[in-house]
Amino acid sequence: MTDLAAAPRSESSLTALLRHSRYVLSENPVTGLAFVLFVLIVLAAVLGPHIVPFDPLASDTSEALKPPNLEHWFGTDQLGRDVFSRVVVATRLDFFIAVASVSLVFLMGGLAGVAAGFFGGWTDRIVGRIADTIMAFPLFVLAMGIVAALGNTVQNIVLATAIVNFPLYARIARAEANIRREAGFVEAARLSGNSDWRILAFQILPNVFPIMVVQMSLTMGYAILNAAGLSFIGLGVRPPTPEWGIMVAEGAQFIVSGEWWNAFFPGAALMVAVFCFNLLGDGLRDLVDPRRRT
Amino acid sequence: MLTMILKRLAMAIPSLIGVVIVTFLLTRALPGDPAVYFAGPAATPQAIQQVRVNLGLDKPLIEQFGRYVVDLAHGNLGTSLTTGQPVATELRNRLPASAELTLLGLIVSIVIAVPLGILAATKPNSLIDQACRVISTAGVSLPVFFTGLILVYVFYYLLGWAPAPLGRLDVFSTEPPHVTGFYLIDSLIAGDPATFMASLKQLILPALTLGIFSLAPITRMTRASMLAVLSSDFVRTARASGLSAYTVIVTYAFRNAMLPVITTLGMVFSFLLGANVLVEKVFAWPGIGSYAVEALLASDFAPVQGFVLTMAVMYVMLNLLIDVLYGLIDPRVRLEA
Repeated sequence: MTDLAAAPRSESSLTALLRHSRYVLSENPVTGLAFVLFVLIVLAAVLGPHIVPFDPLASDTSEALKPPNLEHWFGTDQLGRDVFSRVVVATRLDFFIAVASVSLVFLMGGLAGVAAGFFGGWTDRIVGRIADTIMAFPLFVLAMGIVAALGNTVQNIVLATAIVNFPLYARIARAEANIRREAGFVEAARLSGNSDWRILAFQILPNVFPIMVVQMSLTMGYAILNAAGLSFIGLGVRPPTPEWGIMVAEGAQFIVSGEWWNAFFPGAALMVAVFCFNLLGDGLRDLVDPRRRT
Repeated sequence: MLTMILKRLAMAIPSLIGVVIVTFLLTRALPGDPAVYFAGPAATPQAIQQVRVNLGLDKPLIEQFGRYVVDLAHGNLGTSLTTGQPVATELRNRLPASAELTLLGLIVSIVIAVPLGILAATKPNSLIDQACRVISTAGVSLPVFFTGLILVYVFYYLLGWAPAPLGRLDVFSTEPPHVTGFYLIDSLIAGDPATFMASLKQLILPALTLGIFSLAPITRMTRASMLAVLSSDFVRTARASGLSAYTVIVTYAFRNAMLPVITTLGMVFSFLLGANVLVEKVFAWPGIGSYAVEALLASDFAPVQGFVLTMAVMYVMLNLLIDVLYGLIDPRVRLEA
């Protein structure tokens, strides 16, 4: 009986979601384009090394600095490596850095913020103070300092990107938890004898979750830009590893002599990825919270 | 007004204390033994011990922090391992180059973004509004170092309009006598139009790069804030009283719409000071950003620490300045305080 009662309801809410998605997509067709791009980026990240025409690390000095042609679509770099293969293979590392740092800050900032908003008092003051201190720095500069201090590795780039995004996540999670602290369903749960931690885990967190997921997709673009900026100035990723930021840095010296393709294609890939994540974040926000539409 | 400024100053103090603690902890988080690190790669155990005592690393953490604060109070930021110069002196010498670039970038950005945002708000869904939307979405997706390189390729290599992206002056010009450290201002004071033009030519591309970078947030904010003000009651009253569109927009709406934009400048500065480092690297600009990057790559930590601290202190001060400015422009803020 319960199965019968539950089944149509879950189906109707699914159809409602689908209809709403279709509405959001038709209102804003760019989101659809962003979704297609996103699928392409994920495919490149997963399949990248298996589908590229050349070995991204194989150099061939006789083919060095060739402009884009039919064989090498994006040309070759100063060591004769195929730029197209390198750009595609780099997707995995850039995507990994972004996803890893955003997931990390989602955990740190989300939990700290929810606890601050729910418990208030000292927890709130400590989390607020930490967030304020981080916000007192220009974010990219702080990220540089953290990577310099902790050591020049990819893991520390992930950590630094997560730390500079902490205030954003903590504040949103705090605000969302705070407005639900006195909500009817929380009071009801409390009256039925649930402990604070149980209410936090089963009443507050599930409600804050969707908003935080939107925040994740909105900051993905920034995370990629931040990481690429760090590797552009020579932190984290080391040559010859293909990564967009470092490829632009290596190609930069050839810009003044006219070999534009070395820096252009990785830079363009970076731009497209960030653009895609920003659009997708906006679309997802419209889907989850129609009130915040701009 | 004075009480407001004092209150705001008091609010900046915890931020500054936090900044000092974080920059101190950053050095102590260095991998391995800081004494071995600061003694250099070829140091003997005695030399390392000497460095440890000199730096006070054998003392408890809290005492080390006390020493650090005392050093800071004396304007001592340590010594660079690679150049052997005091960090504070080098930062002071290079700061005007960065400041000149960042300020000009911000001016370029405001001059383009504010009129664009106002036009977009006064004519919703027009061509200019669409252009505004594209700029604010595309602008945040552009990696600042990528924009810089494209500008160099187009304006230096293809068109030949801009000079080579190598620093503040070309090889034929000499530095103007030092007054403010801003070459544009110093050359004007010295009455030297040739140097003024030369330094302006070098500045245009990097400033434009920074300008394009901060265009998106300022345009977006101006448009949103202008839209909100235009739909408010006092604008409707002004319109109903038969005032011209120009008077309504410029005298009534614009002044009110600028207030949230000024607040956004705080956030814009956070991004701008970070982007400055990348732009300085692209254009070989001899500012504090490229100084920090060179030190970073040589694992020379004192300059990096000094740089992070300087940037953070400047950022706190800029936010303070913005808030005071806000109070000067908007009397309501003063009354509340």
